[in-house]
Amino acid sequence: MDQTTVVLVPMYNEASVVGTVVAELREHFATIVCVDDGSSDDSASVARTAGALVLRHPVNLGQGAALQTGFDLLSRRPGTGLTVTFDADGQHRVADAVAMVEASRRTGVDVLLGSRALGSTTDQPLARRLLLAAALRYSRWSTGLALTDTHNGLRVLSRRAIGAIRLRQPGMAYATELESAITQSRLSWAEHPTTIAYTEYSRRKGQSNLNAFNIVYDLTSQRLRSAL
Amino acid sequence: MIIKVFLIASVAMAGWWLLRSSGGRQLAATRLGGLLFAASWVTAVMAPDLVSRVANLMGVGRGTDLVLYLLVVAFLFSSIAQRQRLRTVEERLATVARSQALLELELARRTDERERVPES
Repeated sequence: MDQTTVVLVPMYNEASVVGTVVAELREHFATIVCVDDGSSDDSASVARTAGALVLRHPVNLGQGAALQTGFDLLSRRPGTGLTVTFDADGQHRVADAVAMVEASRRTGVDVLLGSRALGSTTDQPLARRLLLAAALRYSRWSTGLALTDTHNGLRVLSRRAIGAIRLRQPGMAYATELESAITQSRLSWAEHPTTIAYTEYSRRKGQSNLNAFNIVYDLTSQRLRSAL
Repeated sequence: MIIKVFLIASVAMAGWWLLRSSGGRQLAATRLGGLLFAASWVTAVMAPDLVSRVANLMGVGRGTDLVLYLLVVAFLFSSIAQRQRLRTVEERLATVARSQALLELELARRTDERERVPES
């Protein structure tokens, strides 16, 4: 049982799956922190019953905002070692998280990003594959990092990384923002193979493909603004 | 003639609404711009020929075209200003929601501690 690593799970209306996800994580990690992003279902109580520490946004703000709330808590909390970010919809494998924490400890890297390209993906829809390819090209261009995957919810962050990253994009554009923070704060980073299972549930819950345009728009305007 | 009454009344109502609803944070520039707009609007309605003459001076064919162009520019600026305001408000909302979430947790923790004391 890992006592110092904290698993951070942002969630929004995931009551039907988050209980299982938390229970599975609890077999390996002592502390699970769920940030409930203003869910209208009983995600919060389900997660609490499953043994997670639950933070609640009074209103829905977006996944980036939920992660930042978790980072704020963990950077203040003494005794936090590594932080794992883990999606609530059950698309990640707990075994991958365990392996990534081990790899992160071994190498001492600040940011370890999960990568579908190095690992494998089951039942990925074609539209999603094309969308991710475009998102990846954009992320590489805007961050200057030789990434093989982006928008993968599974990451392992050091304490230093948690303190350096400040997510201001409330929505999904935070993924590229987080990658940019690596360059700006000169954090060390690496990628680790992961497996993503596109279940019927995660496909239904996942963001719409059209949202890719919003992500690109948000990030481009942010880049232009910071360049001015 | 009826249209003139209607147009002037509408801008007068807008002006009244602006003055009534403005809080202390309203910038003097915005107020001045609003007053200037109202004045030029009334002038334009009273003397349409004047607008046409100004339009011709600026190289625009008709007075109505000039009004339309100015309207488009004004709309653009106002949309951008609104967007930025909304963004600031959203960031503030995130900060408030975040601190409330952290506070709630802290409160729950302290309540737990207090409940545990008598047992030990």
